[in-house]
Amino acid sequence: MTFLSTIKAAALSAAMIVSVALPAAHADEQYFPLQSYRVGPYAAGGTGFFGGFIDYLNLINIRDGGVNGVKLTWDECETQYEVERGVECYERQKSHAGAAAWNPLSVGIAYAMIDRITADKVPLITVNHGRTDSTDGRVFPYVFPLLLNPYSETSGIVNYIAAKEGGIDKLKGKKIVVLYHGSPYGKETIPIYELLAQKYGFTVQQIEVPHPGNEQQSQWLTIRRAKPDFVVLRGWGVMNPVALKTAVKVGFPVDHIVGNVWSNSEEDVIPAGDAAKGYTAITTQASGNTYPVVQEIVKTVYGASKGNLEDKSRIGSVYHNLGIVNGILNVEAIRVAQEKFGHRTLTGDEVRWGFEHLKLDPAKVEALGAKDLFHSINVSWDNHEGEGYVTFQQWDGKKWNVVSDWIAPDWALLRPIIEKSAEAYAAEKGIKLRTADDANAVTTN
Amino acid sequence: MAAITSDLTSAPVLPKWIAPVLLLAFAYGVVPLIGSSYLFEAILLPFLALGLAGVGLNILTGYAGQVSLGSAAFMAAGAFAAYNFNLRVEGLPLIGSIVLAGIVAAAIGIVFGLPSLRLKGFYLAVSTLAAQFFVQWALTKFSWFSNNSASGVIDAPRLSIGGLALDGAVGRYLFALTIVSILTFLAYRLVSSQTGRNFIAIRDNETAARIIGIPVLKTKLLAFAISSFIIGVAGVIWAFAYLRTVEPDGFDLDRSFQILFIIIIGGLASIRGAFFGAALIVVFPLGLSRLGGFLLGDVFDSGVLDMSQRIVLGALIILFLILEPDGLVALWDRIRRRLLFAWQST
Repeated sequence: MTFLSTIKAAALSAAMIVSVALPAAHADEQYFPLQSYRVGPYAAGGTGFFGGFIDYLNLINIRDGGVNGVKLTWDECETQYEVERGVECYERQKSHAGAAAWNPLSVGIAYAMIDRITADKVPLITVNHGRTDSTDGRVFPYVFPLLLNPYSETSGIVNYIAAKEGGIDKLKGKKIVVLYHGSPYGKETIPIYELLAQKYGFTVQQIEVPHPGNEQQSQWLTIRRAKPDFVVLRGWGVMNPVALKTAVKVGFPVDHIVGNVWSNSEEDVIPAGDAAKGYTAITTQASGNTYPVVQEIVKTVYGASKGNLEDKSRIGSVYHNLGIVNGILNVEAIRVAQEKFGHRTLTGDEVRWGFEHLKLDPAKVEALGAKDLFHSINVSWDNHEGEGYVTFQQWDGKKWNVVSDWIAPDWALLRPIIEKSAEAYAAEKGIKLRTADDANAVTTN
Repeated sequence: MAAITSDLTSAPVLPKWIAPVLLLAFAYGVVPLIGSSYLFEAILLPFLALGLAGVGLNILTGYAGQVSLGSAAFMAAGAFAAYNFNLRVEGLPLIGSIVLAGIVAAAIGIVFGLPSLRLKGFYLAVSTLAAQFFVQWALTKFSWFSNNSASGVIDAPRLSIGGLALDGAVGRYLFALTIVSILTFLAYRLVSSQTGRNFIAIRDNETAARIIGIPVLKTKLLAFAISSFIIGVAGVIWAFAYLRTVEPDGFDLDRSFQILFIIIIGGLASIRGAFFGAALIVVFPLGLSRLGGFLLGDVFDSGVLDMSQRIVLGALIILFLILEPDGLVALWDRIRRRLLFAWQST
């Protein structure tokens, strides 16, 4: 009898522990499905970005015990930047409860996910890239090209070239060649360069480099014949160092090449060696590890041997810092949503509401330890980009040096173009334009 | 050769149509009820699309003996043609777009099949590369094909047949399954017809085929046309039902190789072989990745896991081709014969 009752008691207490422990373990977690890529031609970008993102999530977990006590979790699924692998990962990871937002870091995969995430009501973040017209929150309720969409980037680059030439009117008669990556990402800006060329009176020639871009002899010979005043490098991965090296080979001056936001990292210039000295590129987040938030990651996360980067010298590199900034934006969106919906696991739609009210002014950015790392963001229900500022940095052979102030792209010029494109998409797909009231209706379970 | 032998040695006990009918009954009646969205979206849809592409290539390469490295180009031609017919021809039903897309792919197939009249073997394979590069280049170069979309990526239209919306995972699965079943059945009838025998005659000995009065020129081009038609429709399924987005880069040379490997691994000159091969190519890496993630996910990051999966997959394919050069179909038939033999002798 005593034996039996002991067993009974043990079973009862075990059942109680399980019943208490199980919901507790699940109730306070917010999950990030990471469709990462650590192999393939774009591994440098993938490891840096997802490394920084994971490092920041780890920082929040270790330092603060999560966001208001809600622990952040994640797992990775390798996509190699390929669309069908990304779709498979999406289907695999979406069954996990409490997904906050998707961050595939691939335009091709993002395009394939738009219908799917809209049906599932979970935000899709394409920081610094993505489909430009998804800036229009009336048509794309769940897609966020945060900080900088491709058109704003283009406007920023053209304004910078104009400033170097001595004013926007000096662009007239100039010639700019855009060397772009042969992918959805690379092609995204073709129409806006044509449009700006018409508006400001410069001529533009756009030359494609087929993916992955490890051979560019013929493209650069064409450039040499065209004798442009500037070359805009809209590259990605291995294409960038090859472009810089080939430019030297054909004798094009590297200080007249301006890199876009995916041609601006250490991984793009170091392999090019001396060929990259003097090369300038646009960025939304400065390089370097002196910012307080990066220092805290070094101390707290890498100090506890939980750092994600294998090569610690990459801490504070451009991609790593972009991952950290992306982590800040995702986490702060959750924080905003938690203030409205409660300190608990949020639904994807609640996180969407959080992103649509994500406003970080320079003071708030400083409080987060990211002063000068990035400028600010101001997302609203119909502007999903959030008016990010850009700056330009020049490579001196060892490190990037900031060579401009924070510059605002010409949003007023771009907004009508974006709206027109988004409305055409809405008409084609039969989507009803969303209003502010629709944006405030949130699915809470 | 393989087709004839497999015909002669197939199971003597049951009529031949029983197995496919049971399989289809299962695929239509049971799978939609029990399958998860992951099963449809990540496994069955790519399996059906690639399996059908394998059937198409098998007609050309397995039966008619013409090696092609341009399969992905014909898929792309089909996908973009269907998109444009659907977009630009008012009131054309979806099925109409798909058939017309197949015809466009077939026409392109005939054009790029012309070198086969003079070239054989590896030389022909290299000349079909022209199709691969030309089609991809044309689709990228002329933005008309993608309706002037900024990034060159187009969204697939909504799938519906006769007012019946097929946008959900199950709907798209049934849509793909129906098309694949019909085309596979037609392909099966074709290879056992006189035309199919002509294909095999040309493959085995072109001179002998010419002497016995087979019109070599016409038959070769017919093989290219039929094969490209099927592959083009497979491209429509890939783009419309599976990914629901189309970009020319998704149809690169890697995809052509993938389809070629499917028929080599599955079994040349076998309709079933294409599906066996597609199952292996689609499902096996996923299983391996799941297993790797489950066993070692906490120890290594996803990059290391992915690299090791490639090594395992490559090693298994080599091992398998050494042990069973005739493909999965031969392996399957041997297992079935053994089982039947064991059953009959008891």
